[in-house]
Amino acid sequence: MNFQLIGVNHKSAPVEVRERLALPDSRLADACKRLTEQPGVEEGMILSTCNRVEVLARTVNGTADLRGFIRQFFKLDPGELDSYFYEYREQDMVRHVFRVTSSLDSMVVGEPQILGQVKEAYAVARTAGTVNSQLDSLLTRAFAVAKRVRTETAVGSSAVSVASVAVELAKKIFGSLNGKHVYLVGAGKMSELAARHLLAHGAASIFVANRTYDRAVQLARKFSGQAILFEQLYETCDRADIVITSTGAPFAIFRREHGEAFLARRRNRPMFFIDIAVPRDVDPEVNKLDGIFVYDIDDLQQAVSAHVADRKKEAERAEAIVANEVERFQARLQTLEVVPTIVSLQDHLETIRQAEIDRVRGRLGELSPDQELAVDALTKGIINKIMHTPITTLKSAAREPEATTVIEVVRRLFNLQDKKAEDKSNSASNAGAKT
Amino acid sequence: MPLTWLRVAVGFYTVGLLYALLALTRRSELLNRIALPAMVLGMVFQFVSLTEAVLLSDHPTLTSVHNSESLLALLIMVFFMIVYLFYRTTSPGIVIFPIVFLLTFVSATGEQPFLFVTPGVKKSWLFAHIALIFTGYAALFLSFGASLLYLVQERSLKSKKSNGILSRLPALETIDEIGYRSLLLGFPFMTLGLIAGTVVAQSTYGRVNLLDPKILLSVLMWAVYLIMLYTRWNAGWRGRRAAYLATFAFVAAVVAWAANYFSGIHRFVSS
Repeated sequence: MNFQLIGVNHKSAPVEVRERLALPDSRLADACKRLTEQPGVEEGMILSTCNRVEVLARTVNGTADLRGFIRQFFKLDPGELDSYFYEYREQDMVRHVFRVTSSLDSMVVGEPQILGQVKEAYAVARTAGTVNSQLDSLLTRAFAVAKRVRTETAVGSSAVSVASVAVELAKKIFGSLNGKHVYLVGAGKMSELAARHLLAHGAASIFVANRTYDRAVQLARKFSGQAILFEQLYETCDRADIVITSTGAPFAIFRREHGEAFLARRRNRPMFFIDIAVPRDVDPEVNKLDGIFVYDIDDLQQAVSAHVADRKKEAERAEAIVANEVERFQARLQTLEVVPTIVSLQDHLETIRQAEIDRVRGRLGELSPDQELAVDALTKGIINKIMHTPITTLKSAAREPEATTVIEVVRRLFNLQDKKAEDKSNSASNAGAKT
Repeated sequence: MPLTWLRVAVGFYTVGLLYALLALTRRSELLNRIALPAMVLGMVFQFVSLTEAVLLSDHPTLTSVHNSESLLALLIMVFFMIVYLFYRTTSPGIVIFPIVFLLTFVSATGEQPFLFVTPGVKKSWLFAHIALIFTGYAALFLSFGASLLYLVQERSLKSKKSNGILSRLPALETIDEIGYRSLLLGFPFMTLGLIAGTVVAQSTYGRVNLLDPKILLSVLMWAVYLIMLYTRWNAGWRGRRAAYLATFAFVAAVVAWAANYFSGIHRFVSS
């Protein structure tokens, strides 16, 4: 395989280090080309996101100086930043790449952006022509693994912030948020964030009521919403489907009778109260009304931590999938390495057989079609009998770590030098023949 | 032959029944994927069975009990499929599939088919009566299923815990819409069906005995249906109150159906 990877991520390096190594998209293609010009590097790709910078390569014998490339490319002093890098080789690198694309190595495990980022980096390298053979299969497989992880586990499916839980709940009540109205009572940071999330998911408009009217106007302008005098709160509140309250009031401002009045005016269409104030703005009695759903800050937080726990459990399942895929990928690659050898071995022996038949042809004289067939069968039979053991050995060796050694021995014994095999296989003998 | 096809249909509907039973306890991806195609196949066979039954006989054999139950099941499934096409949800199946299974099962294993004695009845009126009423029934059943789901989803949202199957139910407002729309759609069918029934009864018996249990119960069911629509439309009743009404209407419908067995005029008499 001869895969190599070097990189930094949010765990290994602080942001000051990561930003020194970050590559703007415009320089990515050039960097990939420079990478493949490095001695010993056959294929290369660079992934640069805000949380990680990684250099991926397939090399001639697994010992290319990627660290040197980084030092040179980013003009670092010798030894500088050295302690922040991690390196992976062979199946460790395969596992790492699978984990990264499946978002198991992300800061927020399961976040969906990383897959797109890897895909972009891959597209750049492909266009630049620096990824074309085994590294290509590695990345293609990694995308398939990421998809499998996403469909077979729930690692990316649950909301893990208070604002996103609020959106999720709103969707459970209203289906789509399109055309729904949001009412902000009190103007805090958190309610602003929740409102922003709801709007991003399609909510139609925002009303803002605040004790100080100016602040309400300010916030309403931010969302191109409508500011409302606090005194008119109870008359106007039933216009909203979702109410986010965060006032500093020392007592509940929404009580059962208010809820009943809202429902009557809304003809019982459901309402969702998100109460992030402490002490609470909404009397828990309101939640007992049919059609009104009240979630306070504790309820939301509980949902968040339940989801985080779920994600952890799901991440374990995802790791198992990755481990299984690493094994499968390795087995496939090794079979790929063996196949050209088997083919050229068969070709080689067939050529010999044909040549020998042609040579003695004249001495055999006129042959009947039956005799012709018999000669053919005889010579083929001998070859197949002899070939049987070497081929089965090659095939079973494909699944063992010593595959390359076995391939090399077979090639040397039979003096095989097939062009196709040279491309596909990168055994040491081939590399030697090339230089 | 019609009976054979019907039995095949029952076989497919069994998958739906399993889906409904298992969906309550755990999620099974495999069953999820095969339930819908199985139900569609069931519908196809049921349709074939019904068509053949009609073609094979001279009278509209829809009037035999086992075919009418089968027709009702088919119509319910048609409604379910319409909902599925619009909302992409199979959740109502949790309630609908067992009903469909039961109806089809009963009609497939029914013994001697009872025949409606129809001396001098205008056949097309009778046919219209049955088809319309049953479409109304089907809509009512679906609405009943939706209001049960609404209750479940509402409870789950209020309890603030999300667990397994409940997290896969459609949104509260979607369920509400399904229930309301099928109610709205079913009402004209039910009304026209009852009118057609009156015409048939008039032409058969001349005068209709209003105290006959079948007629009384049918009118009661129609009234409950009307009340449901009115409260829903006027006061926006949904949730618990709507579910109580829907349950009541469902029970009324079942009782009105059962009345066939002891009504003086609307009766499937053994031939």
